[in-house]
Amino acid sequence: MIDANPLPEVSGEVVIVKYNAGNVRSVTCALNRLGIEPVLTDDPDRIRDADRVIFPGVGEASSAMNYLRRTGLDGVLKTLTQPFLGICLGMQLMCEWSQENDTECLGIFHEKVLLFPPELKVPHMGWNNLSGIMSPILSGITGDEYFYFVHSYYAAKGDETIASCGYINEFSAALQNGNYYGLQFHPEKSSKAGEMILRNFLGMGDG
Amino acid sequence: MLTKRIIPCLDVHDGRTVKGVNFVNLRDAGDAVELGAMYAGQGADELTFLDITATVERRETLAALVKRISAHINIPFTVGGGIKSVSDVGVLLSSGADKISVNSEVVRNPGIIDSLAAEFGSQCVVYSTDVRHNGEFWEVYIRGGRTPTGIRAREWIKQIENRGAGEILLTSMDHDGTKNGFALEFTRDISEMVQVPVIASGGAGTMEHFVDVFTEGKADAALAASIFHFREIDIPDLKSYLRERNIPVRIEK
Repeated sequence: MIDANPLPEVSGEVVIVKYNAGNVRSVTCALNRLGIEPVLTDDPDRIRDADRVIFPGVGEASSAMNYLRRTGLDGVLKTLTQPFLGICLGMQLMCEWSQENDTECLGIFHEKVLLFPPELKVPHMGWNNLSGIMSPILSGITGDEYFYFVHSYYAAKGDETIASCGYINEFSAALQNGNYYGLQFHPEKSSKAGEMILRNFLGMGDG
Repeated sequence: MLTKRIIPCLDVHDGRTVKGVNFVNLRDAGDAVELGAMYAGQGADELTFLDITATVERRETLAALVKRISAHINIPFTVGGGIKSVSDVGVLLSSGADKISVNSEVVRNPGIIDSLAAEFGSQCVVYSTDVRHNGEFWEVYIRGGRTPTGIRAREWIKQIENRGAGEILLTSMDHDGTKNGFALEFTRDISEMVQVPVIASGGAGTMEHFVDVFTEGKADAALAASIFHFREIDIPDLKSYLRERNIPVRIEK
């Protein structure tokens, strides 16, 4: 059924936020496969005017937040109104605070980001499934699909959790606050199920 | 539930797969990208590309290949073979590789692991090591298994983990090519010793061997080459077999 979704139609620009912790090539390639040519930019006006904003991230929280504050991007990212998607570290940076080097983050989500206790292997690396799914961005996802995770820190479950995942504990696999969405896993690396979520994000109405 | 990963390994030379590959349904079975995409479509959980090109142009050809792979393949992939420097790795990651694997260079310069972890994060640094039991202990070999080092693998792997490796790819040369099964005891020993995931490699011959390496061997992932390339085992059959035996695996609908 996954292949039945039509290609998304996006009228304006799809922007990928350019900063010091992006793994942009994989996301760009995944969007290209959906017929989208994203724009990589750190220009505040272009980000504000975009139809969709994607905020990927691989790396360490405090250096990423320092960079966002120094460039003033933190204020821009917090005050957007179009659909916005943070991926992996991007999602963690959208939370309130991260235990990774005691970092105050953007506060778009109110959850805290904590280090997994070493009861199983850390990082949580590989394919895992979701439960408690509830949001248009996860439309069509039943809980039987698997998504690719690589992370040592996790966002605790809270009011904004729209899907959870079990590893060592139950944590937030996805978060939503209004037009802001965050995914702990990598949709761009999660085969057809990940593509479906990207299509949902690209196809959803504004706000 | 976190699933056990199945990882086909493709040896490439000048962008082409080198081990005899026998797939009639591919337009060009020698094209690493096309073969990788086919495995991804069959349900492989990750792919590993091992570059054995030895020419001076290798860096450019490999980067070009990695760009093509990332354009076409929607699952994670690792690139290894002859990596000697932080700048080699930077090129591969910016070309779209999710992880890189380092092997011989780590024995010459263990500090490369610290540098790579600091620069790019542990999650993309795979330490790949070839080991053989010398009658007394498991010994680390380098240069594609040609050169023994006298190093005790167990203590060495712990040190490399502490330096920042995010995953260990463990190949037993005693088992590789035998099709008699993986090195279960040693894989288990290493997997229980380290905090990071362990990929077992060498010896896969039957589907039961994969069950054994995930249960007795405590491996997080299993890598194989020829049994997939020669279609002795098809990945969808293997995944079904594992699931029937209560090994958690990802089956895409």
